[in-house]
Amino acid sequence: MSLNVANHKVCSWTQDYDQPASLATYTAHGGYEALRKILAEKTPAEDIIAQVKTSALRGRGGAGFPTGLKWSFMPRGYAGVKYVVCNSDEGEPGTFKDRDILLYNPHQLIEGMLIAGYTLGAAAGYNYIHGEIFELYESWQGALEEARRAGFLGKNILGSGWDFDLFAHHGYGAYICGEETALLESIEGKKGQPRFKPPFPASFGLYGKPTTINNTETLASIPWIMRFGGQAFLELGKPNNGGSKLFSVSGHVNKPGNYEVPLGTPFAELLEMAGGVRAGHSLKAVIPGGSSAPVLPAEVMMACTLDFDSIAKAGSMLGSGAVIVMDDSVCMVKALERLSYFYFEESCGQCTPCREGTGWLYRIVHRIEHGQGRPEDLDELLRIGRNIGGNTICALGEAAVGPVASFVKHFRQEFEYHIEHKKCLVGA
Amino acid sequence: MLSPESLARIDKEVAKYPPEHKQSAVMSALRIAQMELGWLSRGAIEYVANYLDMPAIAAYEVATFYNMYDLAPVGRHKVTLCTNLPCQLQGADKIAEHLQARLGIGFGETTADGRYTLKEGECMGACGHGPLCLHNNHKMHTQLTTESVDKLLDEMK
Repeated sequence: MSLNVANHKVCSWTQDYDQPASLATYTAHGGYEALRKILAEKTPAEDIIAQVKTSALRGRGGAGFPTGLKWSFMPRGYAGVKYVVCNSDEGEPGTFKDRDILLYNPHQLIEGMLIAGYTLGAAAGYNYIHGEIFELYESWQGALEEARRAGFLGKNILGSGWDFDLFAHHGYGAYICGEETALLESIEGKKGQPRFKPPFPASFGLYGKPTTINNTETLASIPWIMRFGGQAFLELGKPNNGGSKLFSVSGHVNKPGNYEVPLGTPFAELLEMAGGVRAGHSLKAVIPGGSSAPVLPAEVMMACTLDFDSIAKAGSMLGSGAVIVMDDSVCMVKALERLSYFYFEESCGQCTPCREGTGWLYRIVHRIEHGQGRPEDLDELLRIGRNIGGNTICALGEAAVGPVASFVKHFRQEFEYHIEHKKCLVGA
Repeated sequence: MLSPESLARIDKEVAKYPPEHKQSAVMSALRIAQMELGWLSRGAIEYVANYLDMPAIAAYEVATFYNMYDLAPVGRHKVTLCTNLPCQLQGADKIAEHLQARLGIGFGETTADGRYTLKEGECMGACGHGPLCLHNNHKMHTQLTTESVDKLLDEMK
């Protein structure tokens, strides 16, 4: 099915075609029409922002911040250079949706960045692509060339008199660069350590200029919204949770992969689309929004619908829509040990509570997993967590605490069993 | 220190940024230098810094911060296996054991003949296709099995 109002696939529709990534496929099904119309009619920026606000599009990178509101923070009368930045630094364990947009629908992202650039009065845009998907850094640059040759980029775009250009920048192995101000530092050619906020990027961003940073899927949703209207997008999902969303399903399912469904879809339906849990096993727990999101036990998750509000009410986060499925064979101590190591490894080292605290968290979970846990360890983990939260520049420290606190809360007896018996409850 | 081809590639990266912000190209420039030289010596990092008119220490900070830069010699084939939770659930532990047994080295080590280096990686953003690895930083191999890993290793001459 093509890019049309009846199709709930906002970002993944090109995958129904033989050459999903090509400019020809994109334009044959209405691609770049929204940009063409905006440039021909000289649509005022405030009208575009109003449509995005109506759509209830919320940031797809994890925070879920309303996109229209974020766009309205950019200074209007500012005479100097402004930038648009796309965050394709997708490295949150469980998340692999932006990769598919870059791979199968690069032009919808380009069109989305163009519309954002036009609306926000930007001179140029950069797409920061996760270093580990280097092949897509190269292929997306190929798509940029294709767009440039067709007159969608560069000087006097489509004869409108408007100049704008886009470039790709790659990471090279640092999860922290997914944090928007660390990402800006990285584009400036520095180590990726987050900046203290305020000032926010809308006033002091890339090279100190006003900058808007949006996730790949967020920007790729913009052409759909401008073509069919904010109201139509809102109606795909539910109030305050507009549109469809890509969910990355990994772990113990028969068909791991990305599934684009309207926000508000029951989790049980997504699980079925992903082939259900492996034969002979039952669902034990789900991390619903990437590794930083608190884990939920099976019965809580099975009662959730997939939208920001439902998952928040259940005590977790929709985050980036990365659903990590764990069946009854999983030792929760071992699973937490690996996640805690990740945050320890990826802490940028700038703030003491995070740099030291993530190490303490990992070492304590590690010793519990390896039969050397102490009875006081569980309370110690929670105490360290409380001392990290709220005491750091960015959210990585809290992201490290989320899994620890929720694993201990929901699966405390497994941790206690490990400490007491020096072995695993699973399979015991 | 770098070939005219590598320098031309760095120039192409520099052109993406405002002329007064050549430093923005340092991540690409270090990558390009590493691709030609195999790893980043202090001399190589200083060379890149000079080429981009930035302090050597600033380039050194970048090279040491991002984990895909190699600050010591590595084998001709660097295999970085993701062992994070989604890949682990999908069987990365078994692949890790197999790789280490077959090559006779642990993570962070290089075989005596200089053919392979094994590294443990963090999330590469392709979890649904795990277990997976990167070959020399840029080529991703997905849905690994012990058989497919053996074939891959054989092909890395």
